[in-house]
Amino acid sequence: MTTQLPSPAPVTTGAQSPMPIPTPRGPLSDTLLRVLTWSADPGSLHASVADVLASPSGSWLEHDDVQLALTCMYELHYRGLTGVDDDWEWQPDVLGARAALEQAVEAELRERVAVPDLPEGSSAQQVAAALFALTSADGGPSMSRWIARRADRSQLEELLVHRSVYQLKEADPHTWSVPRLGGAPKVAMMEIQSDEYGAGDPERQHAALFATAMRGLGLDDTYGRYVDHVPAVTLAHPNAMSMFGLHRRLRGAIVGHLAAFEMTSSIPNRLYGNGMRRLGLGQDVTEYFDEHVEADAVHEQIAGRDLAGRLVEQDPALAGDVMWGAAACLALDGWWAQHVLDRWEAGETSLREPLR
Amino acid sequence: MSADESRRPVRITPCPDGPLLVRGPIEVVDADGRTVVPTRRTVALCRCGGTATPPWCDGTHKVNGFRTPE
Repeated sequence: MTTQLPSPAPVTTGAQSPMPIPTPRGPLSDTLLRVLTWSADPGSLHASVADVLASPSGSWLEHDDVQLALTCMYELHYRGLTGVDDDWEWQPDVLGARAALEQAVEAELRERVAVPDLPEGSSAQQVAAALFALTSADGGPSMSRWIARRADRSQLEELLVHRSVYQLKEADPHTWSVPRLGGAPKVAMMEIQSDEYGAGDPERQHAALFATAMRGLGLDDTYGRYVDHVPAVTLAHPNAMSMFGLHRRLRGAIVGHLAAFEMTSSIPNRLYGNGMRRLGLGQDVTEYFDEHVEADAVHEQIAGRDLAGRLVEQDPALAGDVMWGAAACLALDGWWAQHVLDRWEAGETSLREPLR
Repeated sequence: MSADESRRPVRITPCPDGPLLVRGPIEVVDADGRTVVPTRRTVALCRCGGTATPPWCDGTHKVNGFRTPE
């Protein structure tokens, strides 16, 4: 008889399991989830999408049924959905339905987010300067100041719940761009992504650090666990990242998005960390935020000049989409923050259903 | 890291209005002779003097008006 050695405790890197099937938020997501679980005809998706898009809506970005459907469609390309066959990733009816929804979402984003002033020229330095100017002029609502000074513990939990939709797969949407880039911009993207993915250490992956922070606050770090809790405006940002990342046509936008994301990260993350410390939380929770202060001070320099700048040097026609992708990042983050802060100011939860 | 790579000189990029970006194997020693271990391969050294995480940049140069000469 051989002695069974105790297996080592698994390294928790967060986010390995598929996303649990969420609760539908309307006829479209209901049809989609029934299609993916073999209880509805895939062809029925087209009528379902046409019905939703024909209905009056203030905003597709704030439309729960549309954004949840997109979240599920994109998820097929990431970790998948529990019990859903991986073959659905490239199923033509699903892809066609997604394309129709993306067209509506992109049109709204193009209308609501104007292309900012283009760089004065297409040198890497000019592009970086234009991106730094755009991101420093951003007058969006300040989530980080609220967290630093006013948030109570339940609001910190809500913050992490909102962020978990993206942060448990942090960096993945931008990674789609890698084979679409070449030369210096590709190397710059990989330099950033290597850091995001732990630079050789699974426990240092940013998604893993985020999972640790969630557990430190008593939250469940299961991938996709809180999708049901967050509103459309929260889903809209990661969905837009997936759209930018999955379309070669939008490679300028995903690069500009990353540059803006990195350029608006160091200082807010320091404030987030301060808010966590103010409420007596330990290093397990603050480590994720503190890591981003230093990491993103490096990343923003690489993203501005070597990634976005060198991409525009290679292909000056992409300048507009680089700047637009950056502006879209700021706008999507601003709309989300406005929603959350409005609810908190009113003494309400920012989630669709309370956590506890 | 390959032997070739380790023989390449450390590359320092002064970022306009920002930090010194340093790529390559470096050792940072503080005023008391203690080694500060970099936690990533590419690091940004503060040069505006305002960082809360010395010697590393924390983005403060963007809000304290730091400008490098043209």
